[in-house]
Amino acid sequence: MTVFFQSLVNALQWGSFYALIALGYSMVYGVLMLFNFAHGDVFMVGAYISFIVATTLTALAAAGTIAIPGWVVLLLTIVCAMMLNAIVGVIIERVGYRPLREAPRASAAITGLMIGIILETGVLAIMGAQRAKFPSLIQSVTYDVGGVFITNKKIMIVLVSIVLMIALDQFVKKTKWGMAMRAMAFDYTVVPLMGVPANVIAALTFAIGSGLAASAGCLFGVAYPVLDPYMGIVFGWKAFVAAILGGRGSILGATLAGFLLGFIEIFVALIFPSTMRDFIAYSIILLILTFRPHGFFGEPHSARLRL
Amino acid sequence: MKRSLSLIIGCLVIALALSPNAWAWGKAKVIKIGINAPITGDIPKVGEGTKYAAQMWLEDVEAAGGLEIDGKKYKVELVIEDNEAKAESAVKANTKMITQDEVIAIVGPQSSKQAVPAGGVANDWATPMITPWSTNPDSTKDRPYVFRGCFLDPFQGPVVANFITEEFGATKAAVLYDVASDYPKGLAEFFKIAWEKIHGPGSVVAFESFTTKDADFSSQLTKIIQSGAEVIFTPQYYNEVALIVQQAHELGWQKPIVGSDSWGSAETVNLCGPDCYGLFFSSHYAAAGATGSTKAFIDRYEKKYGYVPDDVAALTWDSLGIVQKAIESMGKLTGNIEKDRTAVRNALAKVKDFEGITGKMTFTEDGDPIKCAVIVKINDKGEFEFYKSVCP
Repeated sequence: MTVFFQSLVNALQWGSFYALIALGYSMVYGVLMLFNFAHGDVFMVGAYISFIVATTLTALAAAGTIAIPGWVVLLLTIVCAMMLNAIVGVIIERVGYRPLREAPRASAAITGLMIGIILETGVLAIMGAQRAKFPSLIQSVTYDVGGVFITNKKIMIVLVSIVLMIALDQFVKKTKWGMAMRAMAFDYTVVPLMGVPANVIAALTFAIGSGLAASAGCLFGVAYPVLDPYMGIVFGWKAFVAAILGGRGSILGATLAGFLLGFIEIFVALIFPSTMRDFIAYSIILLILTFRPHGFFGEPHSARLRL
Repeated sequence: MKRSLSLIIGCLVIALALSPNAWAWGKAKVIKIGINAPITGDIPKVGEGTKYAAQMWLEDVEAAGGLEIDGKKYKVELVIEDNEAKAESAVKANTKMITQDEVIAIVGPQSSKQAVPAGGVANDWATPMITPWSTNPDSTKDRPYVFRGCFLDPFQGPVVANFITEEFGATKAAVLYDVASDYPKGLAEFFKIAWEKIHGPGSVVAFESFTTKDADFSSQLTKIIQSGAEVIFTPQYYNEVALIVQQAHELGWQKPIVGSDSWGSAETVNLCGPDCYGLFFSSHYAAAGATGSTKAFIDRYEKKYGYVPDDVAALTWDSLGIVQKAIESMGKLTGNIEKDRTAVRNALAKVKDFEGITGKMTFTEDGDPIKCAVIVKINDKGEFEFYKSVCP
């Protein structure tokens, strides 16, 4: 029983990353009908930006210029990384995707792959092939809850992810910008005629998606403090799967699918040899998609879309 | 067209005339030793250590007035070739050094990826070669002209198994390794065989794997903790070591974690931090707390190049020392490079109880040294400290 609860805790942490990255995927796909295949690498760039911000802040703190506790540094890092990575996302949209808005979808997908390679090799060139060590901002404390070991980091990661997901949901549902995004998702050719600035909304979508990816990158650095320029690729693929599984443009769907993916991976590895993990996990996903080809909350293309 | 052609030919003639090769003909015989090192590419630090150790060795030889063969002193020259950490470049470098530079012996390449194919070239041309760092059995297998400066993985597995048994009194062990990489996979299997030989079948209570680039090991570690294992053996490279050790501690693991010679990089402690303090791994040599000639080497290297030499530099130093001993005991330099190479090879095979800074060495039939492994403890300052040595 303790094994079950321990794995549940592990899966919550692992699922948070998938969910946060899948949200960015899902939003861009929902609003612009575009698979941003560079999103996994945007996550990686977010992790590296967090790394730079965190090391700078800790260096400042160590030099005595500012005395700030670790968790404040962490919060500052997340906020700064989200904003900086949002800029990266906007640049990608402006340079890579906007000129191709009217082009066939395949061109945009290929562009995404190329942007991904540019980001990977760019980080490799700037940061070097050596692994980056994410600074340990908060002292890891392990609590023993009846045989289940929970760290303060795990609690923080899950909490921050949930807060961000709720904030995004509220933003899309309650604000004017959110409404404009939902309108774009409904029909992005007609919406500009209604006076909605389509380019601004597209940039905003990318900014939010990249910001969420940066928060995932920062939290990833806290949990797994070894960063390398190619770490985003597999995460990108899996978050893409989660976005599809959740249903196009559905925030709730992407969140649930992200966590589900984390749970399946952790529990499959627990029961079977770990070499079977991805094989079994993605066979299950394939099976689900066979019966629900539009994902949990997705609807056929012609029908109304959710966001 | 004609002018540029004659210009090129002119340049070539001048280059040939200026090259040391051309002038060596008339002069006293110079002994050339080839160094095949990854100066550029993925692992430039390995190439740097090789080059520095070789240059330090050359200094000593020059200070002594050269190598003494049969009462006569001969000058020594190093031919350092860059293999870019690539297999094909290592083959090319060996071919060039053997056919053009007429080296009498080659030291390098370092990693098995280059040493296995390059060893084939050396053996085909009947040129003695020592790879200081390659632990893959294939490098020297069925190649009378190829030797190595370090122990092999089939030896390292039992060393770690014995050490854990004696040190911690453990009877149940868990292994966590990367199933997609040859080195950890091979070593994990050798460890399992050795452990079950001591403690009986089923005493490796968890044999858990993952795939290269995985970052989350919580499922595997949860299984290991539940299996009742008393120790974890994980023959991984530095980035995975950091993640495995930290996650194990976060899941409540308080018992020992033991590693292999892949832990030896300075990066291990940089990435892992205090989580790794107090852990043990098997290696070729330990820098902190070294004594005698090992300490002298480390101090001299650190003073000259500004950092503590890693195992590659130490093994290169020893390999060159063995080559030196072989050349000095080969009897007579005939001037016929093919005969001389075979003489060096035969002298190498006869080297007994060579006192190196990484331990005493005697070559087996296959050209592999019988030598002791070192158990290293990562101390509270994050240094690699000598703990004990384990001999076959």
